[in-house]
This record gives sequence, structure tokens and C-alpha cells, in this order.
Amino acid sequence: MPRRDDIKKILVIGSGPIVIGQAAEFDYAGTQACQSLREEGYEVILINSNPATIMTDSVVADQVYIEPITLDFAKRVIYKERPDAILGSLGGQTGLNLVVELAEDGILEEYGVEILGTDLHAIQKAEDRELFRSLMNEINEPVPQSDIVHTVDQAVEYCRQLGYPVVVRPAYTLGGTGGGFADNEEELRKVCDAGLKISPVHQCLIEQSIAGYKEIEYEVMRDSNDNSIVICSMENVDPVGVHTGDSIVVAPVQTLTDRENSMLSSAALKIIRALGICGGCNVQLALDPKSFKYFVIEVNPRVSRSSALASKATGYPIARISAKLAVGLTLDEILNPVTKTSYACFEPTIDYVVAKFPRFPFDKFPNADRHLGTQMKATGEIMSIGRTFEEAFLKGVRSLEMKVDHLFLQDLEDKSREELFEMIRTNSDLRIFAIAKVMREGTTVEEIHKACKIDPFFLMHLTRIFRLEKEMAEHPMDPETLRTLKKNGFSDSMIAKAWNTSAKAIYELRHANNIIPVYKMVDTCAGEFQSATPYFYSTYEQENESVPSNNRKIVVLGSGPIRIGQGVEFDYATVHCVETLRHAGYEAIIVNNNPETVSTDFTISDKLYFEPLTTEDVMEVIDLEKPEGVIVQFGGQTAINLAASLADHGVKILGTSLESIDLAEDRHEFEAMLHKLDIPQPKGETALTVEEALDIAGRIGYPVLVRPSYVLGGRAMQIVHNDDELRIYMANAVKEISHDAPILVDKYIVGKELEIDAIADGKHVYIPGVMEHIERAGVHSGDSISVYPTQTISQEVKNTIIDYATRIGEGFGFIGLYNIQFIVDANDQVYVLEVNPRSSRTVPFLSKITGVPMSHIATMAVLGHSLEEQGVTPGYRPEDQDRVFVKAPVFSFAKLRSVDTVLGPEMKSTGEALGSDINLEKALYKALVAAGIKVPAHGNILFTIADRDKQEALELANRAANIGYGLYATPGTAKFLREHGLFVHDAAKIEENSNVPTVVDIIRAGKVNYVVNTMSSTSRKNEDDGFIIRRVASENNIFCMTALDTANALMKVLESISFSMISMNELGK
Amino acid sequence: MDRLLVLEDGSVWNGKAFGSDNFKVGELVFNTAMTGYQEILTDSSYCGQIVMMTYPLIGNYGINRDDWENLVPSVFGLVVKDLCEDYSNWRANSSLNDFCKQENIAGIYDVDTRAITRRIRDKGVMRCMMCNADANIDEVLETIRNTPEMHDQVQQVSAPRIYSVPNRGLKVVVMDFGSKLSIIRDLSALNLDIVVVPWNTDVNTIMSFCPDGVVLTDGPGDPTDIPEAVETVRQLIGQVPMFGICLGHQLISLACGAKTYKLKFGHRGSNHPVVHLSDGHVEITSQNHGYAVDVDSLANTDLVMTHKALNDGSCEGVAHKTHPVFGLQFQPTSNDGTGSFVEFVRVMSEEKENKKNA
Repeated sequence: MPRRDDIKKILVIGSGPIVIGQAAEFDYAGTQACQSLREEGYEVILINSNPATIMTDSVVADQVYIEPITLDFAKRVIYKERPDAILGSLGGQTGLNLVVELAEDGILEEYGVEILGTDLHAIQKAEDRELFRSLMNEINEPVPQSDIVHTVDQAVEYCRQLGYPVVVRPAYTLGGTGGGFADNEEELRKVCDAGLKISPVHQCLIEQSIAGYKEIEYEVMRDSNDNSIVICSMENVDPVGVHTGDSIVVAPVQTLTDRENSMLSSAALKIIRALGICGGCNVQLALDPKSFKYFVIEVNPRVSRSSALASKATGYPIARISAKLAVGLTLDEILNPVTKTSYACFEPTIDYVVAKFPRFPFDKFPNADRHLGTQMKATGEIMSIGRTFEEAFLKGVRSLEMKVDHLFLQDLEDKSREELFEMIRTNSDLRIFAIAKVMREGTTVEEIHKACKIDPFFLMHLTRIFRLEKEMAEHPMDPETLRTLKKNGFSDSMIAKAWNTSAKAIYELRHANNIIPVYKMVDTCAGEFQSATPYFYSTYEQENESVPSNNRKIVVLGSGPIRIGQGVEFDYATVHCVETLRHAGYEAIIVNNNPETVSTDFTISDKLYFEPLTTEDVMEVIDLEKPEGVIVQFGGQTAINLAASLADHGVKILGTSLESIDLAEDRHEFEAMLHKLDIPQPKGETALTVEEALDIAGRIGYPVLVRPSYVLGGRAMQIVHNDDELRIYMANAVKEISHDAPILVDKYIVGKELEIDAIADGKHVYIPGVMEHIERAGVHSGDSISVYPTQTISQEVKNTIIDYATRIGEGFGFIGLYNIQFIVDANDQVYVLEVNPRSSRTVPFLSKITGVPMSHIATMAVLGHSLEEQGVTPGYRPEDQDRVFVKAPVFSFAKLRSVDTVLGPEMKSTGEALGSDINLEKALYKALVAAGIKVPAHGNILFTIADRDKQEALELANRAANIGYGLYATPGTAKFLREHGLFVHDAAKIEENSNVPTVVDIIRAGKVNYVVNTMSSTSRKNEDDGFIIRRVASENNIFCMTALDTANALMKVLESISFSMISMNELGK
Repeated sequence: MDRLLVLEDGSVWNGKAFGSDNFKVGELVFNTAMTGYQEILTDSSYCGQIVMMTYPLIGNYGINRDDWENLVPSVFGLVVKDLCEDYSNWRANSSLNDFCKQENIAGIYDVDTRAITRRIRDKGVMRCMMCNADANIDEVLETIRNTPEMHDQVQQVSAPRIYSVPNRGLKVVVMDFGSKLSIIRDLSALNLDIVVVPWNTDVNTIMSFCPDGVVLTDGPGDPTDIPEAVETVRQLIGQVPMFGICLGHQLISLACGAKTYKLKFGHRGSNHPVVHLSDGHVEITSQNHGYAVDVDSLANTDLVMTHKALNDGSCEGVAHKTHPVFGLQFQPTSNDGTGSFVEFVRVMSEEKENKKNA
């Protein structure tokens, strides 16, 4: 069937800010979908609040609305644009939920907007547990016994019949938010209570637990002619019980016979047919490891994280094809974009093993609950490809950037067998390393299988790795052993350690013996058809398929897995850099390992190498391709960190030189440089020992800001107020300290934070904008609300910032992008906090709101085209004054149990949302709403404030009261506010046995809309209470502000949407 | 232990040995299915061939007692990238390596199977032979080149004598050219009363069972190697409903005057899209054939093409214009209520009804 021509204009819904469970994969899917629809000649309207994505580039759709993805704003877009159809199945759960809301609202019917792809019934049948169950019963597909509950008591009652263990799944939530296992009534009450609150329909499913079953996934597609195909099968290494997003996953399935595989894939096809989806669908099944018994666990009637993975694993672009199916095309009409010689209507077959590893944020949140369960906790993932299981697995491990290059984690070396087994049994995120350690010590496959239910197949393959380790130990520097090790994925650096030499020596030994990788193509068809896909992976075999061209070419390093501090923003910059290179006539080659992102779509670059971002893996690509140089400044700290070792191999780093990078990153060189340029920075020194740190702090005075050098997103950064706190910090940080990476001790200055991104061409500097942070210094810039243009600083201060930024750009000799963080103290004195010689988190935001293609200009500068040559006038770009842009951070706290939500120098947010309007208040309103915060005109605020902040909070409370907001406060705060004439409801302290409800009760009961909580360092008890209050708030979806500046911003918004009362008598005063 | 794989084109591939050392000259073919090596290894259609799996990990789930396509494998060898000795599956009772040793099948692993696949794709199927690492390559090549082409595969794998798989339903005679057990199993599941006869059984013997239908199974090799069977099929057309699968489909075509030809590298895998020409629906099928029916040669016959391969447009199914006779080039899907066997049962019942009323 040809494409439909009764529709012309299609509204596509994006997935909004990045949170755990909904990340960059939807940028990839959404971008593909928009392009795919425009290819077919449709006008595409996009709504997505996430400014960090490629999808929200104005060239991706005909009209791009970076607006909150809420009913209210989506309706406004529909009024304005009058689309014929809406496509929500490419915007993740957010997209689907919005389609449901719009349908229920009636606006779709009223305006004649048709739902494409997955229709309303299909969404409801897949998402509503009850409807889903009855559909499965209808088509005879087994589902675990379960029941829907609306109250905790119902759940307890049901489990009395069903028995334990059970799993609790809240309805309509992202990535299984709020769900979990319960082994007994007490646990059930806890998990179910939280689940009901987080479910927008206050509904949970209580389900018979099938933990220990194999978890198998199928990505299937269907067209309007009922042609249905399986794109990819995937097997979770972790059995049912660990969220698939947190599992190590391999593709294709490994331990299923053809009969089992056919049985399950038939079930998946039956389900997509029953749902009547036109597009992609993900089906998760649980298979009894001891029989043919299976259950359908979950169906996602849309593209998903798994579909992004399946696309990258097979080469089959699911989202691109899904979009075409949604508008009526059928699979047999669409050419397979990979082979271009076969059709999209076939099932990809692969001739390699794919491994996916989740990337967890626990380096940021060491105190978080690290046990994996049904609630997804990973922020990102990596994918690796190999021709043996071992190769794929070990490439995966070293792609994670966890400072490991093998299945070996130093941190576990002093753990006891009991501790390790505890990690294995309870699904710690580090269990695979724990398994490695106990297996090395002789624990059998059976024992481990018993403890964690991971299939013996996987454990036996790990055993092969450990056997090879022994061989390695016995044959130092033996070329044949080396060849075997490389075939099995061992890294040079790891072998070097075992053989007591340098990675470079191993690299040289390999090359001397012609042990070098070949590159094989990902072609969807296992070589059966000729393909020209420029998509390759390395392996140690005979035939190399990647033939280097004679073109001028440049290698661009990507940024690896999405993690806190290094998000999709860097992929955005990478993609733009590559586009510019291609446009400028270069062959652009990407090396990256993140399956979720746009940069690893093989149509983006001239060649894609899906490889770990390590010196070894990148060097092999460079050896083959012999590019003119490598660009490292767009791939975040990942790429920057490779610059030195690549240069050591004689590779040319294009753009900002290694020397200039060091000027910015090496503490001493940086200080000397700023001194030379006469630019002030907060006083500070570096320390290698506790004594040195104490000594420095004594000299410059508390409070001080401490952090390790070479940081990523403010890792392990902290403000300390006294010697004791400093001692504790140093004790924890000490294992990270080395002469290469000492601890920085800086004077902490209270003041406003500002930030610039700029482009230098080696001589001149162009500054597209200065952004002002709402939160004062002390809150990580990534967690601050950021505003453009600046709202409160004087022109004089701004001039100073521009002057400093210019002098730094010129003085450091930057070529390309750089970012500077400033602080302005109470006396308008400007200090430089840090300089990042690379693209930053704010580049997409600033590019979009100013219309300056920053990555493009920077790439051209890197290629040697001066700003002038490019027609860019050096200096500061005049600010637009008719619109205000606000970037608000988005957190995933509800998903990370036991993580303190208090904002500080350590970055905690996972994503960002943009709000823009004609004034600050409106823009803030949108940004907050887009970030998922409800902003009602009337409601209640709970204050629980540290003594030193009470005066400042009083003003906020007054303003809240003025617009009719009710006040709640904990005893001390309440007393203080009452003394100042305010009417306050009591919120008892947590342990108080009074008739008054406690602060926790009040939050749980949903009585307050907001919590303002500031940290008190005066007593441990207050600190602990504060922590509980913050956790309870985030688990109950209540916006908890820990910085008064944030509260102040919120108050401005509330004031702008409310009314205030004033008597005529007061007017004159 | 090292082992070599020598191809007819003179290329030599170093690998490691598994299975037995029963080195035979065979046609090297690749199969792109990612699961199902046990079924493939025991599929009689591979008689005389050395199978190379494109998926690199083979042996993962071992060998079990159930998933046989034939109890006596007739494949001449197995080529894989990574042999998995540490198998894991609840039904497994032996490793692939042990199975190959026991069944006297030679295997080689740790060779660049993708490179070899690409070579076959570009140059077409060719013969090959495994040998020990110290073998004289020239001699091996000589052996390969001097070994005559096989023409008697069907004779080797067909049932030696008539046997029955009794049931109470319609009676079906299955002409066994090297049938997969799954065909018998699927027919049996439809309650058909089955009589399996050898490939060269004559018409009178077949008709003496008063069949409601005849199934022509799949099997190895070139359909023109068994003209006797073509003749039998020709005589059966019009007497009884007939359903041909793979080789059986080719025999029907030959019997009706169409021609067959050898494909460059065949269709072997589980992901082949086939278009049902009646309604445009596309089915993903499992296939295993090196020969195909020439589409153009159907023009002057009583056959119409009912199915075609989406990718290369080759013939995937025919039906007789006047008689209830049809053939499919691919494995019929199992019985989900809509499969080809169910359709065949419907046709047989209808014919039976017609005869009764006639």
C-alpha cells in the first residue's frame, strides 16, 4: 500500500528531558522518525522540551516547538498548527501518555487529528494491566497470575491467597518506576504504597514472581498488511528480576534451541498482530530454564530503549521504518536501507555477538541502594560487538569507562567471599566483577548459578576467560598466546599489567607479529547480500572489510555511555561536528560505543566504528584509516582524556592542542596562566595528603571547596566548613589521589554563578552568550536553573566576563569550543572557577536559543578557517531581549533509592528541559512544568529551614502567604515564622509522638505541593531528618527545593500566576 | 589440534579440529539461521554438503534427544567460527563435538566464516574438503577436483522400505526423498494416517493405498537426478491431490514441463521473505535449497506461480491450473491453524467430498 495522501501534517511527540528509563534512545528514534516522514513528503511538527537533543534542531522538523510535553501545551500546538495526525509511539512512555491524555481530552476528535502507529486501543491494551491480561487470555498467551489493586490492603489480601514472593508494578510509569519485589507483607506494604503514589492512575499490579526465569526479548514490527517480522532477539544475562535496562543483554539469544526460540518469537508476533500496531513493538518474555513454560512479562507498543539497541545490533533502523509504516507503507515496499538490494520485509540475521552493558550512576551516588531490581537505575549503556562471546563481553567491560579494562575490579580485592556472594545473590550492580573474583578463586559454575540464577552458559564462558588468564600468566610476551588473548577480547592494557610492561609495548609486540584487528561490517544479513553500510566493528580474524579511502578524512571521538555529567549534549555536538566535516568535504569517521544515540546511526557519518573508546581501540582505527587527525573536543571528557595517549602514539589532535588542553586541566599550569593573564580565581592549592589539605584550608579560610582534579561533572566535589568535615572528605577521597590527580582545595566564594560557551580560532574569540544561574555558587552548574539573557548582573560585570573569556580564549590558544564558569561575589568581583577546553553541556541550549551553530563554527575553526573567514564577527553576540530562555535540570531521584536529593557541587541531574517566553516568570513556569514539576496557582508549601537560612526563608514565606499559599513548617521554622506574624500549620518532627501529623505524614498525604528544605550542619539529627524529608518528597513526586534561590524562582512564577491582596490604605505607603 | 579447510578455488583456511576426521569432499554451503544447528545437521537435504553456519557461536545449547530432522545425519561436514563445548540447555544431553564424533562428522572451527561466506556469495558454491594441518594441499585439491559430482543423494537418504505412521484421519502417502521428521510430525499432528514410501515407489503401489493425498517431501540435490520420480509425479497428477515441499515442489514443476536451475549460492536460512501472490502478504520462511524452478519456464505449463521470493524474485511456489496440486519451495510453517498443511487437509477433504458426490 502506498503512503497515505489524505494526511499532510503530522505532529510528532518527543520524549522530553532525559531521565532514568527514558534517555537518548528517543532522540535517536525521534530524529529518525522526523527525517523519515519528511522523506515521504509530510510536514512534520515536533513538540519536545529537551533542548539537548538533535531532534529539537530546527532543521529536523518543519516546525519545532521546545515546549513542555503536557496536555495544556500540546493543545496549544494543535490549535496553532492544526495537524492531520499525531504520532506518539516514537516519544517513549511520555509520547504515549500524552496521546492518551489528548484523546481523552477530546481535542483530537474535535480537530480531526488521527492517531498514527499505535492507536489508542492498542496503547490501552498494552499499558493497562487489566486490558492487557484479558487480551493475553483471548489469544492464549500465558501471563503470570496477578491482580490489580488500588489500595495497599487489597494487595495484602490478594497476596494471602497468592503467596510470596510477588512483584509490584505500578501502572503507567516509566521504566518500571516505583515497582519492586516483596518477600513478605511488610515489604509489600512499603513497595505497594510507593507504587500507588507514583502511578498516575493510582493502580498497581501484584504479580506472581517468576524471578530466576530467563528473560528474553523480541523486537517485532508489523505493517498495515499484517506482515509481521522479528527484527532481533535478545537474551538477558541476568534472569527475570533485574530490569532489562539494568541487565547485561546479549543478542541474539544464546541458550535457546530453535524450538524454544520459535515458540517465543511466534508469541511475540501473535501479540503485535493482536494489538494491531503499525510500527515497532517490544515483547518481553520469561522462559522457565527447565521446561517450555513461559510467560509474557511486558509489551511496549512503541519504539523503546531495546529497539534502539536492536537497531544498532542488527543495523535495521526500526524507528525510521516504523514511521513509514505509521503512514501506511508496507514492509515489502520499503528497501532495506542497509543492503539497498533487499527489502525491509525480512528478518535480520547477524554473524557476531552483541553485548550491552548498563552504565550506572553509582560513582556519583556511592550511598545509593546498588541492588538491581525491577526499578531501572542505569543512566546509559554501551554496546560491543565481537565474533566470540568473550570478545564482545570484554570489549563491553572496557567500554563502560569505570576505570576497568577487564573483568577485574580492584575495589573488590579486599572483599571476603561472604561479601562477594552477598553481592552476587542480591544483584549488586558490581556482581559481574564479584563473580569474576570468586570464579578466579575456584568457585564452581554451579555454586554461582545457584546464587544468582545466571545461566551456566554465560558463567562457563567467563570461565574460559579465567582459563586464558592463567595461560597468559604462563606465557609472558608469547605472540601466539597474545593472538589467542586478542581473539578473546583481552585489552592491551590488561595484558600489559599481567606481563609487567606497558600497553604501548603490547601494542608494538602485536604489530610486530601482525596481530592486528580486522573490521567486519554490520549488514543485517550475515554477508548473504552485498552491502555498503559504512558500519564496522573490530575483531581478530582473517579478512578485513573496511577499505580505507584516499579521501581527506578525520576521526571524531564520541562520548561513550550517557552518565550524569556527560549526557546527550555531547552527542549533539559530535553529530554537528561530523555534519560540518562532511559538508567541508572531509570523510568523517566516528568512533563511539553508545547504542542509544544519534551519532551511532550509520547514516550520520561516512564511517562508523562501533568500538570501545580506549587508546588501543581508537589507535587501531587510526592505523587503518590514517586520518589527518582526531577531533576530541566534542566527545566530552571521555574523548579529551584520550588526547594525551593518542598524541603519544603520534596522532595529531586537531583544534585545541594537547598543550592548551593541559593549560586548562592541569592545576598549576592553569593557575600560572590565569596569573599571567591577570584574571582572578578563588584562592586554592592542591593537596596530596590530609595534612596538606588541612594546612591549605587553614591558610585560605573555610568554607573551602574540595574536589579531585580531572573531574567529570563535579565528581566527588564538596563544600566543607571545618577541619572535621575536611578530614572525612580526604579519608574517602584518598584512594583516588595520586600525583597525576591530586585533590584541589579552593576558597568557596558565595556569589552568583555565570557561564559562557565560546569559540576561538587561535587568534580571535566569539562569545554567543552569557548564561546566568539561578542558584548561587555551590550548586553544580549542571543542576542549576540557567537563564539567558542574564537577568541580574550589571553591564559592567558582563563586560568583565566577556573580557576574561576573550583573554582566556586567546591566551590559552584555544581552537574550537571552550566553556568557562564564573563566580561574581557581593562586590561584583568576577572570578574564574574553571575552564573546559571542549564542548560543554550548554552548547546545544545556547546554540538553539541564539541560532548560532556553535559546533559548526567550532569545527570549521578546527579545520583552520578563521572566524573572520567564516563571516563571524569576533566578540560578544548582541543579546536578544524579546524572549527569555530558561534551562531547568531534571532529576531521576524517585528511581534511585537512598540518594540524597540535596543539591551541591556534585552533579545529580540526568537531563534538562527548556522553557522560553516573553519574560522570566513565564519562561521559568514553562521550564519547571517541562521538568515535571506541577505549578498550581493555589496550594501549600512546607518549610523546614536551617537556622542560618531562616531570615532569608521568611521573605519567601511572606510572599507565599501573600498570594494565598498555605504554610506548613517543622517546629523550629514554624516558631520563627509565627514570631514574624505568619499563619503556619504544624508539621511535627519525624519521631514525635504528638497528635499533630509529622512532616513525613504530611508529605505522604499529599497535603503540600512543595517542600523547601535547607541543610543544617548543626546537628546530625537534623541532617538525618532532612534526608528523610527529601527522600519522602521525591518518592511522592513532591518538588523539594534545597536551595533558597530555587524557591525564590518558584515564588516568582507563583506570584505571576496568582493574585495578591493589598488594601487601598496600604497603597500610599 | 589444527585442521585445514581447502576450497575448490585453492584457498586454504586454517582452523581447529572437532568432530571426527572423516574427511569427505562436499559442496560448501552457508546457512544464516542463528539457531537450529541440530536440525540443520540432521537434515537430509544437506546430504553431500559441508555446512557452514554464519552465526559464530555454535553448540551453545548442545544436542538433545528431540530435535532431530533425521536420526542418521547425512551432512558431510560442519564449519563454524566458535565451537561451544560448554553447552547449556535443560534438554541437552551431549555436546555438539561429541555428537559429531559419534556420528562421524568432520568439523572445523576458528576459521573466518564470514570471509568464506562472502567468497561463496561472490563466486558461488564450490566444493571443499577438510584435511589435517600437515596434509599436502595440492593432493587435497587434486582429490576435490577428481571427485565426481554426486547424483545419488536421494537414493542415500530416502526410506529404504515402506512404513506407516498410523492415525485415524485422512490417508496420505508421503514420498520420501529425504524427509525431515518435522514434516511427518506436522502431518501426524493433523491426525493424518501416513504411509511413507521410498522415492522410487511406482504409481500403482502408491495408489494401492487409496490415498486421499500425496505429499512429496524435501530432499537433497538436483531434482533432475531422479527422472523416475518426476515420471511418477507426472502420472499422479490428476489422480490424487498432491503437495510438494522443496525438492517435491521442484519435482511437480519438472513433471509439468517446467525447468529447474542451480542457484549461485542457494537459499539457506530462516529469514527468507516470500510474497503470497494472491494477496501480497509476505511470509518469513525457513529455506534450504540450492536449485530453483525457472520462473520463465512456467509459461507454457499447466502451472501458475503462487509465491515468489521478495529479494531475488525466484519461484517459491506453484499450483496446478486444473488439479489440486501445489508446491512450495520453503518449509511450511507449523500448525497454527493457517499453515500450508492445514490448507492441504482442506483440499483433500474437499476432493474426497467431491468424489463421494460424483
